[in-house]
Amino acid sequence: MNAIEVFHASKIYRRYSRRRQFTTLKSALLSGSLIRDLRPDETFSALQDVTFTVPAGRTLGVIGRNGSGKSTMLKLVAGITKPSSGTVRVAGRISALIELGAGFHPEISGRENVFINGIMLGLTKREITRRFDEIVEFAEMKDFIDAPVKTYSSGMYVRLGFAVAIHVDPDVLLVDEVLAVGDEGFTHKCLDKFAEFKRRGKTILLVTHSLGLVERFCDEALWLDAGRMQGLGDPKRIVGAYVTDVEVSEERQLAASDAKARESAGTISPDEPAAVLPDHQIGTAEAPGDMFRATEGRWGSREIEITDVQLRAADGEPGHVFHSGERLDIRIGMRAPVVLNDFVIGIGLFNAEGVCCYGTNTSLEELKGERIFGDADATFTIDSLDLVEGTYKLDVAVHRLDGYPYDYHRLLYTFRVKSRTKDVGIYRPRHAWTFSDGVRFEKMQG
Amino acid sequence: MFPNLVRLLRYRGLIQSLVARELKARYRGSVLGFFWSFFNPLFLLLIYSFVFKYVLPAKADGLEPYALFMFCGILPWTWFASSLTESSNVLISGGNLIKKVLFPAEILPIVTVLANMVHFFLGLPILAVFLIYYRAPLGVPEILWFPVIVFVQLVFTLGCALILSALTVHFRDIRDILANILTLWFFATPIIYPMGEAPALGRRVLNMNPFTHLAVSYQEVLFYKGDFGHWKWLLALGAASIVFFLFAYFVFDRLRDTFAEEV
Repeated sequence: MNAIEVFHASKIYRRYSRRRQFTTLKSALLSGSLIRDLRPDETFSALQDVTFTVPAGRTLGVIGRNGSGKSTMLKLVAGITKPSSGTVRVAGRISALIELGAGFHPEISGRENVFINGIMLGLTKREITRRFDEIVEFAEMKDFIDAPVKTYSSGMYVRLGFAVAIHVDPDVLLVDEVLAVGDEGFTHKCLDKFAEFKRRGKTILLVTHSLGLVERFCDEALWLDAGRMQGLGDPKRIVGAYVTDVEVSEERQLAASDAKARESAGTISPDEPAAVLPDHQIGTAEAPGDMFRATEGRWGSREIEITDVQLRAADGEPGHVFHSGERLDIRIGMRAPVVLNDFVIGIGLFNAEGVCCYGTNTSLEELKGERIFGDADATFTIDSLDLVEGTYKLDVAVHRLDGYPYDYHRLLYTFRVKSRTKDVGIYRPRHAWTFSDGVRFEKMQG
Repeated sequence: MFPNLVRLLRYRGLIQSLVARELKARYRGSVLGFFWSFFNPLFLLLIYSFVFKYVLPAKADGLEPYALFMFCGILPWTWFASSLTESSNVLISGGNLIKKVLFPAEILPIVTVLANMVHFFLGLPILAVFLIYYRAPLGVPEILWFPVIVFVQLVFTLGCALILSALTVHFRDIRDILANILTLWFFATPIIYPMGEAPALGRRVLNMNPFTHLAVSYQEVLFYKGDFGHWKWLLALGAASIVFFLFAYFVFDRLRDTFAEEV
């Protein structure tokens, strides 16, 4: 039996143009448009033709970017709003953890609010009385339950709201990103509670940005993008597809912001023919006073010019998003209008906080410049990008042995490192765990 | 519409708790708490007594004590007016519930009207004390009409509250217009003056005002000597109120689905 059936559901919201947003009774009466103004004019589809079913006892995870229609879908399933077309059917008692403690009245005590909130969620007074101690204990609120809710901290507020909602004992539980609120301990408790629900054969619909949770916890995943279904099925597969898609769009964003950074550094984008550049002295020849202050910029005499910098993944495709542990090539395209022999090529890697993760140049690695002329390439290959997940920036420079800059690109290139492991720090050494007989681990599910 | 009305019955427990919460929350933090529900009408009555005894002595005959006459109309009017004022705002201020919880929205205006009705009831003992003090000519058959009047007013007020709350979601100006309409309405109702004082034309106008018949009914039952002669008007108003309530509920029901998006 299906607990949730959503069949070709669409939700169209009306969108007001700025003028209409402030439509008043007066103007509606004056223009005789009282009825017309109650009808949508400009519309916005928050959901388009979404179809899925959740069999009783299964858990469906809904993922997608902000504004992709996840919460709208949850509201449809909860019955708070009606679909503009299509049908939504839910079997059994629903409890929606959409906004916790939404019905709390600040002036009255937690105890009274638990009762009223419980009744709102469909419990009877007797049922609440029976579960009251359990609710208070779950919320860890014993000492404060008789204080007015307005004196609660936001954490207490949410905990109590969660505790009531979870004790409604629903057949279908709808969860909207509520796990982000409590502290670590409470989050674990919530997850345990969800697991218990699952064991007891309840149906759960979980909207979350925590992809790990979807993979670990859900039987199926639904990926929404701009109101449309992008995928439905095995959580691992859907999450994988979603992550790839996010990377692609991050890629685009980074490319755009790189282009902007180079532009504001006073240079022409590398796509344009470098020939239009005057021979010398664009931007400043002066280095900023403090080399270690991480500000973007470009300077140098341009006797050797860096015309192009590309980051390439193992497949040779230029990109901006890479995976930890994979190969990264930094290809530096240069042009030297005259023959030179005093030159050093260097790179520097910085993390988002501006900490230098690694820096080197050809001179440090005991290579002495012999000759450069015309168009030339240098490729810096990192066999294994052993960095933790995060955003990194790149310095690329060509200068004289004594430091006189030909062309210095400071933090003009940004890339992201992605990782399945959420470890911390900067550098991830190649590592492995081994254990003696006394210790045993089991592979975590998922 | 009718299934929704029936569903409302299932929510009576919630309505009851919400009314209780409303009353508790109103005086929470004040020293006298619930006693304010007694004191407010008491002070009102004392002020009117003083003003119309010493400052502006009433001219009309047969209206002694004038303060008591006026109190008979003011008390139900206060219930009516504050219900309307509060319910015009209730869906917007309760937006969180409508948007985030599966919740029949009509409960909010209904709770508002009922909470104000409780305040009205709490004012009644004050009225009773003064009625006894002034030895008002109360007759048993007349007093039996009192609950009927209250019921008619309840149905009528519920209808107004439902329509107002639903329309205010779409047209916020109603909140501002309402204050002025209520002032006008108050003076267009024989509360501070007796119906008999009005000229013939005025009386015809007054008769079209539904609250006139409620006010006059209260006055006849509680204040004037003699039988309750206004009962035909009251029953007609009662029937009209029920129709009006159903119409209001219909409007509310039609607009229900727009609330979650508009508040």
